[in-house]
Amino acid sequence: MLHIRCPYCREMRSEEEFSNAGEAHIRRPPDPAALSDAEWGDYLHFRKNPRGPHREVWVHTAGCRRYFNVLRDTVSYEILDVYPAGVPDPDAPEETTP
Amino acid sequence: MEKYSLLSLFRHAGRHHENWSRAWRDPAPREAYDTVIVGGGGHGLATAYYLAKEHGVTDVAVIEKGYLGGGNTGRNTTIVRSNYLRDEAARLYDFSLKLWEGLSRELNFNVMFSPRGVMNLGHTLQEMRDIERRVNANRLNGIDGEVLTTAQAQKRVPLLNCSPNSRYPVLGASWQPRGGIARHDAVAWGFARAADAYGIDLLQQTEVTGIRCDDGTVTGVETSRGFIGARKVACVTAGNSGVLAGMAGLRLPIESRPLQALVSEPLKPCLDTVVMSNAVHCYISQADKGDLVVGAGVDGYNGYGQRGSFHVIEHTLAAVCDLFPAFSRVRMNRQWGGIVDICPDACPVIGKTPVEGLYFNCGWGTGGFKATPGSGYVFADTLANERPHPLVEPFALDRFASGALIDEHGAAGVAH
Repeated sequence: MLHIRCPYCREMRSEEEFSNAGEAHIRRPPDPAALSDAEWGDYLHFRKNPRGPHREVWVHTAGCRRYFNVLRDTVSYEILDVYPAGVPDPDAPEETTP
Repeated sequence: MEKYSLLSLFRHAGRHHENWSRAWRDPAPREAYDTVIVGGGGHGLATAYYLAKEHGVTDVAVIEKGYLGGGNTGRNTTIVRSNYLRDEAARLYDFSLKLWEGLSRELNFNVMFSPRGVMNLGHTLQEMRDIERRVNANRLNGIDGEVLTTAQAQKRVPLLNCSPNSRYPVLGASWQPRGGIARHDAVAWGFARAADAYGIDLLQQTEVTGIRCDDGTVTGVETSRGFIGARKVACVTAGNSGVLAGMAGLRLPIESRPLQALVSEPLKPCLDTVVMSNAVHCYISQADKGDLVVGAGVDGYNGYGQRGSFHVIEHTLAAVCDLFPAFSRVRMNRQWGGIVDICPDACPVIGKTPVEGLYFNCGWGTGGFKATPGSGYVFADTLANERPHPLVEPFALDRFASGALIDEHGAAGVAH
């Protein structure tokens, strides 16, 4: 059972209040029509799925209903970081930050 | 290979069962093989067996980081069925079911396949319409299926709560008589023993730590016991497929999640079929030794810890108690999780990758056990002939670029 601290409610709550919404920091391509089928398929379906630290989106479904990001280890399930939606990907190279 | 028979049993009984030969060898790895199969679960071992039997390829090693059948092969709820909606999936799973029917004789190993029927309950009008659609689709594909009324379902499963006053009343069910259960360990052991008899090396306690490629062509695998060269590398590693793909610089459309199951203390025979319910999410059967085998849901997030969220168990057991009030005081004995590899369309990915000589057979998600022999057969054919077997052509990796997904998610008999 995970205990997640919602960055908006500032409370530690059980995972049953939350829903996972998959990998975080997936950016929608600015011009989808310019992509090849393979690039578009990669955006839609291919995920990092790491064994180890994973940045993912969660929703506080039974609370404030807002989205936020969590850095969680997928082996130990330890939650390493929680931060609000909209914060740029800390792992991303500098130049891709808008 | 020593043939198992009534005669051999009598002969060994006379010698106090002290001289049974080992079921398979424990060889040291050779420097190189024609084909290296990564993953010694049911699918990997079946692939090795059919490579040798159907295609005469015996220069093969199966590399397993733990022990044979210790992953999802030993962690599922052993249900075998083929009542899938989509043509592509239905053909593949029914091909597998037909192999199950003769498997014990073929392997000379009792896999205890028991076609006791699989019942999928419907609890809403829409579910009953879906069931009718699926059963009709099954019959058009030559797969047995019937739609049962509530009274017929009750007659087959007397303990089932069919009261119209229950929270989710049973309005009917689909019924596949050829479905059933099998003994999961025996499937791994049977394939392992039969593959070993062809001279295939089964390397346990050997972990693959890297895939070596040269100019876009695979040359072998780095392992905890040194480098092993190979012309072809076939990864059949379920939840860890993404990790293996990463070693070759590839990405897969797969997310790994824990799926739980649990068994009860042994009971006297009380449930002689498999009962599944999408709406309340539970599936339950009774093993031959009396334990109730209960399948729970998949976790809502990625994970590689082989356990699973506790509240998922509560949800599943609430559903079991609702459907079978008589089981409410049964004590559960053990609980575990397996890491399932889920594709966006809940269908497997089988075949070549952009790396020459590297093949993947993964993405079976929550329903791989039933496909064990069929998956091994078609994957061996794909490996030996270096082109997709006709049954797996629709399951190629490029469907995620073309968009030709096989939308079996939620369309199969039970929620994926």
